Amino acid sequence: MKIKMYRNLLISVLLATALAGCSMFGDDGAGSGSDSNGASGANTSGVGSVSSFSGHPLDDPSSPLSTKVIYFEFDSSAIASQYESVLAAHGAYLAANPGTSVILEGHADERGTREYNVALSEKRAKSVQNLISLQGANGNQSEVVGFGEEKPASMGHDEQSWQLNRRVEIVYPAH
Amino acid sequence: MKHVLNRFTLVLLFITTPAMSALKIEITQGVSSAQPVAIVPFGSGPVVGALPVDIAQVISDDLNRSGRFKVLPRTDLLSRPSSADQVNFRNWQVLGQDNLVIGKVTQAVNGSLNVQFQLFDVYKGEQLTGFSIPARLSNLRAVAHRISDLIYEKLTGQKGAFSTRIAYITSQAGPSGKPEYKIQVADADGFAPKTIVSSTEPLMSPAWSPRGDKLSYVSFEGTRSAIYSQTLSTGAREKLKSFKGINGAPAWSPDGTQLALTLSKDGSADIYVYNVITRSFRRLTKSYAIDTEPAWSPDGRQLIFTSDRGGKPQLYRTSINGGRAARLTFEGDYNARGRYSPDGKSVVMVQRVNRQYKIAMLDLKNGFTRTLTKGHLDESPSFAPNGSMILYSTKDGLKSILAAVSSDGQVHQKFRLQGGEVREPAWSPYKAD
Repeated sequence: MKIKMYRNLLISVLLATALAGCSMFGDDGAGSGSDSNGASGANTSGVGSVSSFSGHPLDDPSSPLSTKVIYFEFDSSAIASQYESVLAAHGAYLAANPGTSVILEGHADERGTREYNVALSEKRAKSVQNLISLQGANGNQSEVVGFGEEKPASMGHDEQSWQLNRRVEIVYPAH
Repeated sequence: MKHVLNRFTLVLLFITTPAMSALKIEITQGVSSAQPVAIVPFGSGPVVGALPVDIAQVISDDLNRSGRFKVLPRTDLLSRPSSADQVNFRNWQVLGQDNLVIGKVTQAVNGSLNVQFQLFDVYKGEQLTGFSIPARLSNLRAVAHRISDLIYEKLTGQKGAFSTRIAYITSQAGPSGKPEYKIQVADADGFAPKTIVSSTEPLMSPAWSPRGDKLSYVSFEGTRSAIYSQTLSTGAREKLKSFKGINGAPAWSPDGTQLALTLSKDGSADIYVYNVITRSFRRLTKSYAIDTEPAWSPDGRQLIFTSDRGGKPQLYRTSINGGRAARLTFEGDYNARGRYSPDGKSVVMVQRVNRQYKIAMLDLKNGFTRTLTKGHLDESPSFAPNGSMILYSTKDGLKSILAAVSSDGQVHQKFRLQGGEVREPAWSPYKAD
């Protein structure tokens, strides 16, 4: 059952990535050699071909689903066009897996005031949520949290760190 | 996996656990117009013995810290009188002192202590004020701060704020490497910090109740943010009903019956008012933009808040009955988190100037804005209850520390705490008693 679901998903992801002009998988290795309860945890296993991947689709390094952090410009919650295919893939994955839920954690860099940054980071998470939901996932499959500048990914105080901290993390709690 | 969602939040409540380290305050810039005052080490009666607190030193530190006084260094004292009959005013005139404080600690009949002090005008050769204050060995610092308040008020005409407290957030890596967030409450001089709550998820936005008996704050423990109100004497806390989305920026009304806050349950972040008595929520702002960081005017009739409804964050003011909000700030493209001065005449805020974030003061009468601080990431300004100083957080190298500036921008000081980051200071109101 699961295997079939993943195949369907892969097809939709392939379509999404093809439409967005992104790179594609080498071959369809999902399911082969892995057991059917892959959703409960990571189970990457080695296979013969270098280009194949037999782990969980969320971990496939060549899939847009492997991108789980979206970055933003200063004081902006607009999604850069480069992430549209990534969010379409996550949306399609959720639509294909109605039992899966995701938490969208918004963050801000340290500049500006702290509660404003909480609101800004929530706005970022909601932008991500809006794009994901376009693929037909159920509204209660995703939840947003705005952490503001309280949980930086990088501890520095320069543009390099700030860039890394203005982000939304796509978190699959059960994965 | 790369990111395992951490919902194993550890929250500890403390009532009287003393923290390991105290804040150290350093005055980085004073004023030349500070009044010279001599404070003689207090004498003690024969049965009192050695005291655990150097009262004169606590008073000297308080007065020096205010920036309004320049206390004569102890090494320059020519005599050490502890009663009026030992004072030779001419000696103090020669030392260039305007005022003199002397005092002594004596044993009271019931075994407790009495702290006496006298403040003199050196040139007139007369006493300006003098008190005898009952004390115990355990509260001598509080008595010293009380004396500082009395001296400050007598000499400046403004009520002293030395007996107040400050709250602030600290964060540092805990034993497991995970961050540990704390809210601490300390005396206004940074002494005796106590942790009142500690968590592995963020704590933010501490806000004093107008009586100073409770502290409200935002905690991300659990699955979403929530506002808690904690009674400081007992450590007991109450969780405000929390909603989907933001539960943030709590601010007590001056009469203590309402709490302004930010919720995003109806879409974007908006200002709501929670009535403590009826336990009901009322929506105050309705915009597609971010509205947050509410603060009450001292008369409780208006609120200021941050909004990006005009494209960039600016301060707006609205009646607590709702209605159209008027924009308050026009200088620069980032003005946020305003706080009224206790007299209601000005607003202190965070302003971006040349890509740096500084504390600025807006005069509500003429609309003029003045930059008060020199840092590049200054934030969270909080007025002393007498309006004399503004506490805020700044960067000291890579670390976040507390700093204070006098409301005229002249006196600057830094508060240093060993260990982690210190931020979001909130100066308490005067004590209720």
